[in-house]
Amino acid sequence: MTDVSLTPAAQGRSLWADAWNRLKANKAAMVSLWYLLFMAVICIVGPWFTPHDFTTIYQDYTRVPPSLTAYPQPEAIDRAVKDTVKRSRLDLVGWQERDGKVFITLTSTKPIDGRVTRYIDRSDVFEGAQVSETSADGKTLTISADVQKKYFFFGTDSNGRDLLTRTLTAGRVSLAIGLLAGLVAVFIGVLYGAIAGFAGGRTDEIMMRIVDILYSLPFIFFVIMLVVFFGRNFVLMFLAVGAVLWLDMARIVRGQALSLKRQEYVQAAEALGVSPGGILLRHVVPNLLGPVVIYMTLLVPQVIILESFLSFLGLGVQEPMSSWGVLISQGAKNIPSATWLLIFPSFFLTTTLFALNFIGDGLRDALDPKDR
Amino acid sequence: MSERILHLQHVKVSFDTIDGTVEAVKGVDLHVKSGETVAIVGESGSGKSQLMMAAMGLLASNGSATGVVDYRGTNLLAIPKSELNDIRGAKITMIFQEPMTSLDPLYTIGAQLIEPIRKHQKLGEGEARARAIEMLRLVRIPEPERRMRSYPHEMSGGQRQRVMIAMALANNPDLLIADEPTTALDVTIQAEILELMASLQQRLGMGMVFITHDLNIVKRIAHRVYVMRRGEVVEEGETADLFANPKHPYTKALLEAEPTGRKLPVAPNARKMIDATDVRVTFRLGGGFMSDPPLELRAVDRVSMTLREGQTIGIVGESGSGKSTFARAVLRLLPSEGAITFENRSIQGLTREQMRPLRRELQIVLQDPFGSLSPRMTAGQIVTEGLLVHEPSISRAERDRRAAQALEEVQLDPALRNRYPHEFSGGQRQRIAIARAIILKPKVVVLDEPTSALDRQVQKQIVDLLRDLQQVHRLSYLFISHDLAVVRAMADHIMVMKDGRMVEQGTPDEVMEHPREDYTRRLMAAAFAE
Repeated sequence: MTDVSLTPAAQGRSLWADAWNRLKANKAAMVSLWYLLFMAVICIVGPWFTPHDFTTIYQDYTRVPPSLTAYPQPEAIDRAVKDTVKRSRLDLVGWQERDGKVFITLTSTKPIDGRVTRYIDRSDVFEGAQVSETSADGKTLTISADVQKKYFFFGTDSNGRDLLTRTLTAGRVSLAIGLLAGLVAVFIGVLYGAIAGFAGGRTDEIMMRIVDILYSLPFIFFVIMLVVFFGRNFVLMFLAVGAVLWLDMARIVRGQALSLKRQEYVQAAEALGVSPGGILLRHVVPNLLGPVVIYMTLLVPQVIILESFLSFLGLGVQEPMSSWGVLISQGAKNIPSATWLLIFPSFFLTTTLFALNFIGDGLRDALDPKDR
Repeated sequence: MSERILHLQHVKVSFDTIDGTVEAVKGVDLHVKSGETVAIVGESGSGKSQLMMAAMGLLASNGSATGVVDYRGTNLLAIPKSELNDIRGAKITMIFQEPMTSLDPLYTIGAQLIEPIRKHQKLGEGEARARAIEMLRLVRIPEPERRMRSYPHEMSGGQRQRVMIAMALANNPDLLIADEPTTALDVTIQAEILELMASLQQRLGMGMVFITHDLNIVKRIAHRVYVMRRGEVVEEGETADLFANPKHPYTKALLEAEPTGRKLPVAPNARKMIDATDVRVTFRLGGGFMSDPPLELRAVDRVSMTLREGQTIGIVGESGSGKSTFARAVLRLLPSEGAITFENRSIQGLTREQMRPLRRELQIVLQDPFGSLSPRMTAGQIVTEGLLVHEPSISRAERDRRAAQALEEVQLDPALRNRYPHEFSGGQRQRIAIARAIILKPKVVVLDEPTSALDRQVQKQIVDLLRDLQQVHRLSYLFISHDLAVVRAMADHIMVMKDGRMVEQGTPDEVMEHPREDYTRRLMAAAFAE
């Protein structure tokens, strides 16, 4: 009978594979999944390819509206020319634009020093200014300078920072917090809940009463307290959010573990002499992962919203770093003058949450086909 | 000559699944006359339930039916749902298998009975109540006036099934469809319900369709029989004819599926494997933080047993009689009092850790082949889990080889060992569960209703398999069942349990041919009624 091991074993189709097939058949969930993937990729990679850094401040371009054409526009150049000339205390004769360069003709009562180009360079609009023509008496000077063409597809904020770059960078923060705090909550919650449910009896009582006590702490006070004691930082956000959201997870998992414990295959494992740890890891945890995965996809948007809320209150991510919540909070202050500051970050946030919820819904259907 | 009330013509049922369309019923013709009981017999998966569900318009959302379901000239498959609702529930009614879940736990029996009566018969509150009480009396529920105020959980399974029957009959239906109405009940109660249904059917003169897998029931109740297999009717005929003279080989196989043979008793001086004396198991209900002192429930009360090498002790009794609890207590899976020895060594005082090495000698096979295998592990992983505990040193390849060998031994293709439990049939799953027990080369195996969730034919194969394994490995079995036919074929010693006590024991012939206790007699009458 030793040759039986040579029989090639046919590959089985696990419940996970089945669920994946069902999920693939769900169009809304698949579109959402691709959208989320796309969102993650542009948030991670995007900021390297946008022409601006998320901290760079363009004083000349505060609150410019989104546009597909480049800045500066002609009247802005005019304003910039006049401003710089005024600073150099010379008189402007006139200016013209040719091949992406401006030619500014200046005049004065005294001969002009060539170093006047520095004044021109100091502006955000111009660079590489040089004297291209000097009149014979030295009292009239023509300076040529390159105009820096800048694109602000999403406009800029009230400090003159590019909103596109900032939205994408903020997305990194929001998604990272969502994912990491979500994972933290799932990890603690699953372990805690599974142990409580599986151990049962007094252990369960004590563990769940601790959860009840933590539940009764008002979340905002809890966060304010943390911020007061430890100051504001990024890691604290994970701790605060993760520490609160694992409670729900623990309760869900405990309920599942309680019912799984009575399943016949757990009894069978006990009869085989499997240790409690082995039963927990091999039988209980794998079988409750279904609801956990579903809850996780619904937890991530919850975390993102919580983070946005905290940031909105000013307890979250600090400048110059940003998250979607921070951007939305700033946008809300600027609704009368600059609607785009609200529209773009909110669009990113809501569509992402929408996609996550669709995926959660699809997963629920896929993992639990009976209930459809 | 009575008229045909229901006539199914070439009915097909198919389901859209992720693996494509599955044909559950492949063109069935069937008719029921008034005053006649028609049985549809087949294994699980033969399409017998889906056929009637389709006729009633109760298919799951991914199912579709074609053909003609002719009820007194109306094609039920063609009419809109509102018209169908006037017929089903009033003229055609159904009883389902599970009396636990067919009644709504939030409403009283009375409310659930009165509602359909008022809807279909347009009666007032008082008249409907009177009718409901009359129906409860008809199905022989004691004190019907008081019972009207009871909730489903206050009634036993048999009583709930009676209420279901009362609900089904309240509107004077032409046709009653009963889908395995007694399968979930104990044998003695099963017999009462069947007798009730037969007498009611005669009195009320309606047609009845009885869906079942149990040929015993068919013989007792049906006038005509349709035998279904894989979505087709393979044979039909008058009950007496069909039983006397089956034509189709499948019908013959079904009729011969009753487990036969007897087990020879072991020598009286054979080695004692397990000796249990005065075992008591007490459950505490309630209690805990801020509540009343717990209620004590004696589940097993001073039961003694000696199991010898190669012996099979059958434990019979109704559900709730404590037979499973006793067996689990003997394996030390439940805390108990009393003396238990294994190979002359007391195991009662051992801790969990001390028990662990003994676990490989004492194995258990559980009833439900769907619940006893973890759905996320492959067959191979399930079978070898015990090796991880008891022989942690052996290599993965060796484990795989042992798994293949064990599967071979239970006559399952070892090539299937990477499949997951849901890809196997009920019988195959039970074989996996048996392989999991015998891979450890145990000395004692508790078989807790190992065949009762299986079809008759599969049951017979499992019984044969268990007998072969006993021969080869000199196993001692503790065989728990409520099915006396199987116990008679398997055991050489029988214990009858009732309410936690052992009421009778002896060899199968002693107990079955000359039962001393009234209770045993009732069990026998229910199981072997002709």
